[in-house]
Order: sequence, then C-alpha cells, then structure tokens
Amino acid sequence: MTSLAGGLKSGLCVLIVWSVPHAALASKFNMRPGITEMSVRVQQIHQMGLWVCIIIGLLVFGVMFYSMFAHRRSRNPVPATFSESLTVEIIWTLVPILILVAMAIPATTALRDIEDNEDSDMTVLITASQWKWHYKYLDSGISFYSNIATPQEQIDNLEPKGEYYLLEVDNPLVLPTNKKIRFLVTADDVIHSWWLPDFAVKQDAIPGFINEAWTRIPVTGIFRGQCAELCGLKHAYMPIVVDVRPEAEFDAWIESQRIAAELAGEAAVAARAKTWTMNELLTIGEATFVKHCATCHERDGMGQGDKYPALSGSEIATGAIEDHLGRVMEGKADTEMQAWAPQLSDLEIAAVITYERNSWNNNTDDIIQPITVYEAR
Amino acid sequence: MVAHAQTIHKQRHPLLAFAARWLFTTNHKEIGTLYLWLSFGLFFIAGSMAMLMRLELFEPGIQFIDPIFYNQVLTLHGLLMVFGVVMPAFVGLANWQIPMMIGAPDMALPRMNNFSFWLLPFAFAMLLSTIFMEGGAPNFGWTFYAPLSTTYGPPSTDFFILGVHLMGISSIMGAINIIVTIINMRAPGMTYMKMPLFVWTWLITAFLLIMVMPVLAGVVTMMLTDRHFGTSFFDAAGGGDPVMFQHIFWFFGHPEVYIMILPGFGIASQIIPTFARKKLFGYRSMVYATISIAVLSFVVWGHHMFTTGMPLFAELLIMYLTMLIAVPTGVKVFNWVATMWRGSMTFETPMLFAIGFVMMFTIGGFSGLMLALVPADFQYHDTYFVVAHFHYVLYPGAIFGTMAAVYYWLPKWCGNMYDERLGKIHFWLATIAVNLTFFPMHFTGLAGMPRRIPDYSLQFADFNRMSSMGAWLLGLTQVLFLYIVIKAIRKGAKATDQVWEGAEGLEWTIPSPAPLHTFQTPPIIAEDAVH
Repeated sequence: MTSLAGGLKSGLCVLIVWSVPHAALASKFNMRPGITEMSVRVQQIHQMGLWVCIIIGLLVFGVMFYSMFAHRRSRNPVPATFSESLTVEIIWTLVPILILVAMAIPATTALRDIEDNEDSDMTVLITASQWKWHYKYLDSGISFYSNIATPQEQIDNLEPKGEYYLLEVDNPLVLPTNKKIRFLVTADDVIHSWWLPDFAVKQDAIPGFINEAWTRIPVTGIFRGQCAELCGLKHAYMPIVVDVRPEAEFDAWIESQRIAAELAGEAAVAARAKTWTMNELLTIGEATFVKHCATCHERDGMGQGDKYPALSGSEIATGAIEDHLGRVMEGKADTEMQAWAPQLSDLEIAAVITYERNSWNNNTDDIIQPITVYEAR
Repeated sequence: MVAHAQTIHKQRHPLLAFAARWLFTTNHKEIGTLYLWLSFGLFFIAGSMAMLMRLELFEPGIQFIDPIFYNQVLTLHGLLMVFGVVMPAFVGLANWQIPMMIGAPDMALPRMNNFSFWLLPFAFAMLLSTIFMEGGAPNFGWTFYAPLSTTYGPPSTDFFILGVHLMGISSIMGAINIIVTIINMRAPGMTYMKMPLFVWTWLITAFLLIMVMPVLAGVVTMMLTDRHFGTSFFDAAGGGDPVMFQHIFWFFGHPEVYIMILPGFGIASQIIPTFARKKLFGYRSMVYATISIAVLSFVVWGHHMFTTGMPLFAELLIMYLTMLIAVPTGVKVFNWVATMWRGSMTFETPMLFAIGFVMMFTIGGFSGLMLALVPADFQYHDTYFVVAHFHYVLYPGAIFGTMAAVYYWLPKWCGNMYDERLGKIHFWLATIAVNLTFFPMHFTGLAGMPRRIPDYSLQFADFNRMSSMGAWLLGLTQVLFLYIVIKAIRKGAKATDQVWEGAEGLEWTIPSPAPLHTFQTPPIIAEDAVH
C-alpha cells in the first residue's frame, strides 16, 4: 500500500506542475476551445478524456516504475509466488466500467445536441470538388466557388510564405453571428471533409449523400480550416475560410452579392457583344489559367506525368477548336478534369482557350470570342 | 533409381541446392525464418518511405517530393507496414514457436505452409512494381476509399487488387494451418488452459484472420468489377454507395488492427514472467480478456466513420462498445503489472522491449479511448492525433513486440547470444526516437493539422521538424538492429538450452540452436503442470 500512496503523491505533484504551464500553452499543446458554445463543450469532453487518461496513466506507470525499482533482483532476490486473485480481477474490471460510464454521460448529451439540426435560421449548401469548395446560400440563391489563394510561388519556395500560408482563399464563406446555420454537405467527385476546428464541425462530403451539420457563431472574425479527407493530388491545398459578420453587415453583403451577380450578367452580355483582341484575351486567359488550370497542367503547360497531360503541343490544344472547347467546358469523365462551363464565365473560357492555343509551343493564332462560348453552352 | 537420384543430387550446383532448399522447404523453422527475413526486408523498404515523407514534411512548402509521389509513398508505406511487415513477422514467429511451444514436430499442413509463404514475395513484388508503372503507384492511402480508388484510381490499382488477393490467400492459409496445428497437435496432457499465452493469442488471431480476410477479398473484388465490369457498388452515379465501401472495409479493418496486436500481447505475456521470475498473473483472465477483445473487434468498425453522417443511434452504440474495449485491455495491462509486482526482475533486452511495449502501447490505448468519445472524435478524426494514436499502438506495440520476441528467442534459433550491450543501446535509441517522432504528432493533430498532406501551414512547423528528426533517427536505429541480429547469427557466446534463467516452457527443453526436427516423439505434460 505504501507504493500506492507514493504513486498517488508523485502523480499529484506531476499534475500540479503540469497544469500550470498547461493553461498558458494551451493553444500550442492542446485542442483549442474554439468560439461556439458547442466547440467549447467538445473541448471540455476532450479535456475530461485527457485528464482521465493522465491520472490512470500516472497511477499505472507509477506502480510499474516503483515495482521496477523495488522488485529488481538486486533488491528482491526471492520472487513472490502468487499468480491469481479473483478479487482484484473483479475490482479492475468494475472500476474502469464505472469510469467509462461517467465519461459516456457528457459525451452522449453533447452528441445529442450536435445531431439536432432542427429549427435552423438559414442553410448553406457546401459542395466539394477536386480541389475547391462551392457555397450556395439556399435562402438567397447566392453561390460561388472558393479556391486556395496562396500563390504557387510560395508553395515552391520561390517567395517567402505569408502568415496564412495554405489557409487563405479567394472567396471566403460569409456567415452572420447568432443564427443557427445549417450546413448541407455533399461532393461532386470523391470524398472530402469540411472541417472548421473553431466551430467543432467536421462533416464528410460524400458524392450521392447530403450530410447535415450546424453551428451558431457568437462572435465576428475570420476562421480557418482545411479539407480533412484524402481527396487526391491537391488534398493539402483545399482550405476553408469563414468570415463571420454581424447580422446587418451580413445582410448588406448578401445584397451586394445579388447586385454583383446582376452586374456580372450585364457584363457577360457586353462581353458577348464585343470583339476582343488577341492581347486582351491573352491577358485574361493567363490569369484564368494560373488560377484554375496550372494546378495540374503547370504554368509552363508541361503537365505532370501521364495523369495531368501537357497542353504544350497537345493534340487537343492545337487541334479542332470545337474539341478543345468541349473538353474545357464539359471536362473528361472519371478524371480530375472537371467541367468548367458552370464555374467560369464565357469571357474566361474564351480567354483561357485562346491563351492555351497561343502559348508555349502552341502557335495556332486562333482567337476565340465569348460569343462562341455562349453559343456552345 | 535410388542411385541415379543420388548422383543427380551430388552434381547439383551449390547455388541451385541453396535455392531448392529454401524454395521447397516444408520445415516450420525454415519457413519461419523466411517469413521473418521477408518482413525484415520490407521493414527497411517501408521505413525508407516513411523517412522520405518526413523529409518532405521537415519544412512547409514542397522541397523534395511532389504531391503526386507523396501520395504514392504514403499509400505503399501503410500497405507494406500492415501486410508486409507486421503480419509476416507475426506469422514467422508463429511458425518457429508454436510447434516448439506445444510439443509438435511441425505445422499440421507443411506443404500449404510453404505455399502460403511463397505467395508473399510475388504479392509484394507486384505491389512495389506499381511505382514504375504509367500513372504511378496507388495513391489513395492504405484505406483505399472509393471512389478515389475506383473511378479515380490509377491503372496500377488492378495490380494492387491482385496483390491484396494474394496476401489474403496467404494469410487465410497461414491462419488455417495455425488453427489446425494448435487444435490437433498439442502434446499429450497439454490442455487448452495449459497452453502458453503466445499460443492462445495466436489461436484467437488466426480465427480473426479467417473471418475477415475474405471480407477484404470481397471488397477489392467489388472494386475490380466497379472499375472494369460496369458494376456500381460504390459509385453513387450508378446507384451505388461510397459509404458502403467504408463499412465493408472497416469490418475487415478493425479486426485487422487486433490481428496486428494480439500476438504482441502474447509475446509480452511470455517475456514479462520470465524476467520477473514469477508466474504470469491472472492467466485465465488474460485468455478471457483476449477473447473479449477479439469479439468486440467485430462490432466497433463504425468508430472509423463517425464523420460520414451516421445516425445518432449508431454513433452512440458504437461509442459505448468502443469504450468497452478499454476494460479487457486494461485487465491485460493490470495483469502484466501484477506479474512484475514483487517479482525478482532483471532487465535484459527482451524485458526492456516488453516493458516499452506495455507502457507505450498503453499510451496508444489512452488516445484510443479519447477517440471513442464521438464529439471529441469530430475534432480528432483524420488529423495527426489519429496518426499519433495508431503509430503508438503499432510501433511500440506490434514492432517492439516483434523485436522483444526476436531478442528473446534468437538464442534458441541460432544457438548464440546476441550482444547484450548493443541490444540495450538499440532499445534506448529506438524508445527515444519513437517518442520524438510520434509524441509531437498529438500536438499537431490537436492544433488542427490534417493527416495525409505533403505541405502544411506555418503554425505546425516546429513539431513537424521534431517528428522528422525523430523519424530519421528511428530509421537509422533499425540498421543497428539488423547488425545485432546478423552478428548473433554469425558468432556469439553459446546459448544454453535454457537460455534465460526464469524461462519456462517446452521450447527451452530442447537444445540451442533448435535442431531442424524437434519433438518427433511428443513430450508428456504432467497433469499437475501449469501453463
């Protein structure tokens, strides 16, 4: 029994020593509590599990170390002969069961609340595809894609890495404070997982399924996460950024998006009416290519291996315009080459095709106008 | 005719004779040796892959290997370590030890034993050859989730499927052989409750194997027909279900993780009593606990899938069942500690590895308990916390268990003692490196770093650097292990038959090195003898 008391005492000492820096270093060494009521509860459950493990660990390892010290041959040359005790077997079966029941209760109640998707104030449909997120606000109809914004040069170590390296996007998901927001999560191609640690929301995006999750965010700010399920080549490059604004600001943002969508429609009509020059198209085309195509086909148009073919000198990029247009707009089935018609404007598609046909080793001198793309839709 | 055959035999080139001996051997000890060397070789290949990944992860940004190759190396590392290192190592140990521990002359089905080994080199050659194929090696992780592995998988996926089939056939045959041997070939008087615990844990493992390997074969066959014969088992566009893939895979996968640890439990249960010079505490409860763990392993597969959108009821049920596994696992740990308690311990290398096994496996068990809590699992799932968890149960668990077994039984196998000083250095270096590699992964995971990424944001840099340095040290340390083993095989102090002062069991009654054929007349186990 002396050893048990000794183990307890040393365990307590370590606990006290450990818990002091623990609070200060929480962000670096421990799960952060996040910002929602639910994420705080989840962190508390984690913390409870951690303490249970630490205390049991200290007790068991304490007894082990004491035994290794006191029951070594030099100190205890004659071993004891006991090898059975039904009583202790029953004790160390029942006591852990009681501890487990105590742990299961808060986990059960929290889980029940996490899975309660009823009575939401608004709904966002999240659709994952390789390797970007698409957000659609079902209540207002606004939708957009969200791509990684970290430049390739930073990834290739040609430029210093920014503060939010790999955790920055072009169009963040904008959400209001203090609303019960329901997420519907699905995917177009492979399985992805939408994870925002500060909300404690992680939901797999599975083709053919629509999963549900929800959150209620009490504070404004920018929150960052990543795709959490291996989804192919650029799995590491699929960040999530959420911009939380006060309700009034959020409403204004929705309105501005609606106006922007209208203006984009008018601009598209104007773009169709205009005849664009080669130089104009090349400039827009290069920007579009770098943002969307260079991920796989590379800036120099040389592609990456067999799976991501080179465009420089390729049959499609130097062959019939209709085939090239078809491949870009409709994609290639069962590969990462996706249909770009729903993602890009007429002008962008016209420009990127013009760019691909007149860059690197490709010198077709073809100019594709937005009206051609419009008619092909 | 006889004379003729003999002349042919004499004229054989020595190299041919050597090849024929190992190709056609049906001896359990020689086949055990083959399994162990295959496992050792693949350990270095798969380990080099891990070191390559850690090289890329040393700093944020892409420096050494591009994401395409990273995903391939990641996949092959996992597949090789699971199917090529841990499983063959345990089967090799079973081949060497089970007949000697139960007083049998050989395995029950020696020709099948030969076949089940010789399938493996071809299976792994096929798997490794995918690196050089057009489109590269499989790149979807060792869990090969559909549709990433079906619709979007590279052409080499078919070689992977065939390779998995071969490994599966090999495992099923090996398992049948072990079950038949244990049930039919125990020495007279050796009742089930007198069997050494290593034999018990392998008997249970073998049952797990024959139950789940066909499930794995089923799921890869469904993949094959999805890829080539127009079925849509896992393709949502054709009315299939990608989540069903995960259910089937993990119905195999969860018992599989116990296949990779139960023989390790057996090894620790042999070694700790030997060096504590005291009988194993709670033999019966150890057997019952192992059976309970095996049974529970069939009903907890869903805990790998909490984020797939399971209904609340399923989440709760699987959480409770998963937490329940902590009880028999705890019983095992408590029994080991009670075995040590008031013993008369010495700390030779096998004992050091066995104690390292118990302690660090327990740390992995703790994080496993935390992962069972579904609300917290939403935060841990698919992060480095999970990577830390399963490497703690597999490296200091399965791998340290195997190393403990090798140090423990090597003198019996080759007749020479290994270099004790080097063995201890190996243990301490490996222990430091394992913890340096995998402990920081808990922190990166809790801070929000997803697993299976070749590049990460700046906040994770410090801990990744530590993990990388630990991984390289860990890899290099195993070269020392190879040196120690070869040195012991070539020369060393002669081992006695008993080898270890406190060792008990039939394998210690035969000479060291163990002759090729042992127990051709079965030993008689006295009625009052205990396990």
